[in-house]
Amino acid sequence: MKAKVHVTLKRGVLDPQGKAIAHALHTLGFDQVADARQGKVIELEIRESDAVAAKAAVEAMCTALLANTVIEDYAIELVDARG
Amino acid sequence: MKAAVVVFPGSNCDRDVAVALAQATGTPPALVWHRDSVLPAVDLIVLPGGFSHGDYLRSGAMAARAPIMRAVVERARQGVRVLGICNGFQILTEAGLLPGALMRNAGLKFVCRTVALKVESIASAFTGSWRQGEVVRMPVAHGDGSYFADDATLDRLEGEGQVAFRYQDNPNGSARDIAGVFNLGRTVLGLMPHPERAADPQLGLTDGRALFDSLVATLA
Repeated sequence: MKAKVHVTLKRGVLDPQGKAIAHALHTLGFDQVADARQGKVIELEIRESDAVAAKAAVEAMCTALLANTVIEDYAIELVDARG
Repeated sequence: MKAAVVVFPGSNCDRDVAVALAQATGTPPALVWHRDSVLPAVDLIVLPGGFSHGDYLRSGAMAARAPIMRAVVERARQGVRVLGICNGFQILTEAGLLPGALMRNAGLKFVCRTVALKVESIASAFTGSWRQGEVVRMPVAHGDGSYFADDATLDRLEGEGQVAFRYQDNPNGSARDIAGVFNLGRTVLGLMPHPERAADPQLGLTDGRALFDSLVATLA
């Protein structure tokens, strides 16, 4: 099973990289952009076929390492390889 | 005073702090590899500056989960003094030994220069040789030095006297100009500036020497 972990800065936490991206997009004429936030995606290949167990394992990985919950939120997306 | 310096892959101030400790104590500190799981009997553990594990994922995130950190956390709980400088400060927050987090500098640039710091609390083993409110000069050299904690945590830190140093001219966007913090018992200190790079006349600055002298005065 595959899992995608989306890690983003919490609302209210200053994101200077997101601000720089929004600024650059404005420079390119994309005036529709009201705000930009930068995060990261971590793709995991997991030896686990049970979705509930896989989700629980990835949840534990997020709190143990993948996200720093002082400053970051995370969201887990499971992708079953069998479709 | 016996000291140990933990060496991570990518540490680059481990020898600098070892020299500063040797000058202050007369004895070279033990250098302990991050894969080790046992610390020698020491009065002080130092997590040095550098770019452990290439700052991958988040600065200090990998190092905070190294095998030796289990022993560091255990010793810290027993009251052994722990000092984290720059990357060491990042590792201490990632390991949960200090509150808050260190984020990308607000200006998005690596900042490498001498800064003026106000000593906010001399009531610790790390800061007793300074005068309360004294302004001292030390170098900073970091890309991820913007101290962040939520307002409730910042209020608590200020209320409990856990702010150790404040920037006079904030170089990185740190909340409330905070450059260094203690844990609640003031037995753990993390700071972004480099006292070990300001501890010898040949380096041009000597204000950092007082940190090592304070430790010797308390722990020797």
